[in-house]
Amino acid sequence: MRVLAAMSGGVDSSVAAARLVDAGHEVVGVHLALAAKSSGGASTAGPASARASRGCCTLDDARDARRVADRLGIPFYVWDMSERFRRDVVDDFLDEHRLGRTPNPCIRCNERIKFAAVLDRAIAMDFDAVATGHYAQVVAGPHGPELHRGVDPAKDQSYVLGVLQRSQLERVLLPIGGDDKATIRAEAQRRAFAVAQKPDSHDICFIPDGDTASFVLARLGGAPGTIVEAGTGATLGTHRGVATYTIGQRRGLDLRTPAPDGAPRYVVAKDVATATVTVGPAELLDVDLLEAGAVTWTGLPLDAPVDLQVQVRAHGEAVAARIDASGARLRVELATPVRGVACGQSVVVYDGTRVVGSGTIEATSRVARA
Amino acid sequence: MEQRVYLDHAATTPMVPAAREAWLQQSAEFGNPSSLHASGRRQRQAVEEARELIAGLLGTRPSAVVFTSGGTESDNLAVKGLFWRARATSGADRVVTSSIEHHAVLDPILWLEADQGAQVTWLPVDSVGRIDEDVLAATLADPSGVAVCSVMWANNEVGTVQPVHRIAEACRAAGVPFHTDAVQALGHVPMDLGELRADAVTLSSHKVGGPFGVGALVLDPGLALTPVLHGGGQEREVRSGTLDAPSIVGFAAAVEHAVKGQEQRAFHLVTLRERLIGGVVASVPDVIVNGDLGTAPDERLPGNVHLSFPGCEGDLLLMLLDAAAIDCSTGSACTAGIPEPSHVLMAMGRSEEQARSSLRFSLSESTTEADVDAVVSALPGAVERARRAGGARAQVS
Ligand SMILES: Cc1ncc(COP(=O)(O)O)c(C=O)c1O
Repeated sequence: MRVLAAMSGGVDSSVAAARLVDAGHEVVGVHLALAAKSSGGASTAGPASARASRGCCTLDDARDARRVADRLGIPFYVWDMSERFRRDVVDDFLDEHRLGRTPNPCIRCNERIKFAAVLDRAIAMDFDAVATGHYAQVVAGPHGPELHRGVDPAKDQSYVLGVLQRSQLERVLLPIGGDDKATIRAEAQRRAFAVAQKPDSHDICFIPDGDTASFVLARLGGAPGTIVEAGTGATLGTHRGVATYTIGQRRGLDLRTPAPDGAPRYVVAKDVATATVTVGPAELLDVDLLEAGAVTWTGLPLDAPVDLQVQVRAHGEAVAARIDASGARLRVELATPVRGVACGQSVVVYDGTRVVGSGTIEATSRVARA
Repeated sequence: MEQRVYLDHAATTPMVPAAREAWLQQSAEFGNPSSLHASGRRQRQAVEEARELIAGLLGTRPSAVVFTSGGTESDNLAVKGLFWRARATSGADRVVTSSIEHHAVLDPILWLEADQGAQVTWLPVDSVGRIDEDVLAATLADPSGVAVCSVMWANNEVGTVQPVHRIAEACRAAGVPFHTDAVQALGHVPMDLGELRADAVTLSSHKVGGPFGVGALVLDPGLALTPVLHGGGQEREVRSGTLDAPSIVGFAAAVEHAVKGQEQRAFHLVTLRERLIGGVVASVPDVIVNGDLGTAPDERLPGNVHLSFPGCEGDLLLMLLDAAAIDCSTGSACTAGIPEPSHVLMAMGRSEEQARSSLRFSLSESTTEADVDAVVSALPGAVERARRAGGARAQVS
């Protein structure tokens, strides 16, 4: 097969590419340049130098990836996807925050960049498949390829691939999902890859310092408002902007009056229209009914309500749930309440280790009372 | 190794046998050319013979030849060195240059502008990439405070040859030091530096079949400039660093080969170039040929073919041709492998999209008709696929 290996410069995608070469595929490495370029040269009338756009981190990552590709003896190129990434991932991330929702940009990136723009380009250029270093598995099933969890529970990334559909899966290779991280690192070491000890990336790649609140605030501007107590409606403080809070957040609320019972308080609701952040006790965060739109099917679409499992965040637990997909939206009745679910998050439906489909949460509520 | 078609000679070209032989032979010798003892003298002898050979071939004096580590260093030395010297002696802070220089000139000037307070006049170019001599004349009408004027002899991307003799004359009349980057011109256009009478001329070895990491700045011995590299002062106190005798000897042999075979080479290259352009125009009808279409040595570098393929991304085309065993270039500088939209094409008035849709093929005397024909037959399929890939990219959203 002719395989295009997306190479981030990290351990996982390096080993993934190496395994494909070992398997005898014709592999070409591509590093996706996603970081926004800083624009504008110093010069007034003259030609702007490329210097202005020579960023830092991405450059190092591209170099690491190139080094691995050179060692593997495969061609390597950098594809500039920064425009698409800004539009489809970063702007979307900000738009969602503006609406008071909590988006997952990694899912958007997989949905719109890696397994859409890049995959389509690869196919147009006569590649048979795109490979990545995600911890998840594509397994042949009775109805075609299935997406399954990676075997390393601590690393499983099937959640962020939950938006993939059958037609995409047919063209996707995930060579490392059958191993745990320690095995992959050891293999990178054995292959003498310089990146073998490179730390894992955890943060959102375009917010390298991890300070999402400041990132959002700087780009959306503040809309100051009040923080009120759930139930009583009493004003407890002020804030710089609703968008900088996430449902379930406890730290950084800076409340002047402690709760009467001394219990910790969390963000339980956000109202963009009135710029109000509502805080309350942990119990108010528990929800057991989710409604989700933008539904995608990785496996066969569900028609009748069934009992399966769902996951609502990248490193969350799977929870038993009854899924009803008979309407336009997914209705998810959770067997046990889940704490701190925000609109904008994805709910991914699993049948054991197999990904069934996904949706974007549009409403949450508490139906049953404990 | 698989048989590849190498059409990227403007990036670097294989060593010619005479250069390789001279280089290898000298590498068996030992000694520091600056040492006073016999071993040093032997190395110095080789270096000075190389200097004399290069000077003789190019119609200049040996004392004008300052060996450097290559084109980039020579350009930096000329631009910064002349600027700093003029500023120190007369307070001059103006720089005149074209808008299509190689990064080795462009970036030092941008740095002088941003960091050293230089006032830069960017000479515009026409649609084939030749500078506007009227703007130059108007600029030089008031030459006060101009520290240096730098305009390249021939452009590395689109191959356009500049009227360097007239520019040198205009600068001389205005009393402005003139530097020209002749890296791409050497071996491809007739070159008599005595006749040109520029103040500083940049040469690079690996572009003419010599070893890497060596070059020269041919610098008027009467002209002082501030060094970039301070140290032992080996090269007339203008440039420091122990001289690399084997590379210098190899460089000189390559220059000899380049200069002596120039006319015949140009004839061969123009013939192949026209075959390539004709073939591509016939098989990809909407191709755009960039640069000067003339065949005279003062119009376009004989081995340069620069094409735009509307609707294609140059980097995808390059990737597809690479897979088809053809080596070429998008012609412009890269940022970690991402081609920037070429400042040269932008200065020629092209859109960013067209700039990004371009490929450069650069031929050498070793290029054959079969090489050219391989490109002609590979391109239509590659163009079609790159267009599909571009379309695929535009569709998804
Ligand atoms: C016009 C021009 N100037 C300068 C250089 C730099 O020369 P070198 O590679 O010897 O540093 C090049 C090579 O890319 C060039 O084409």
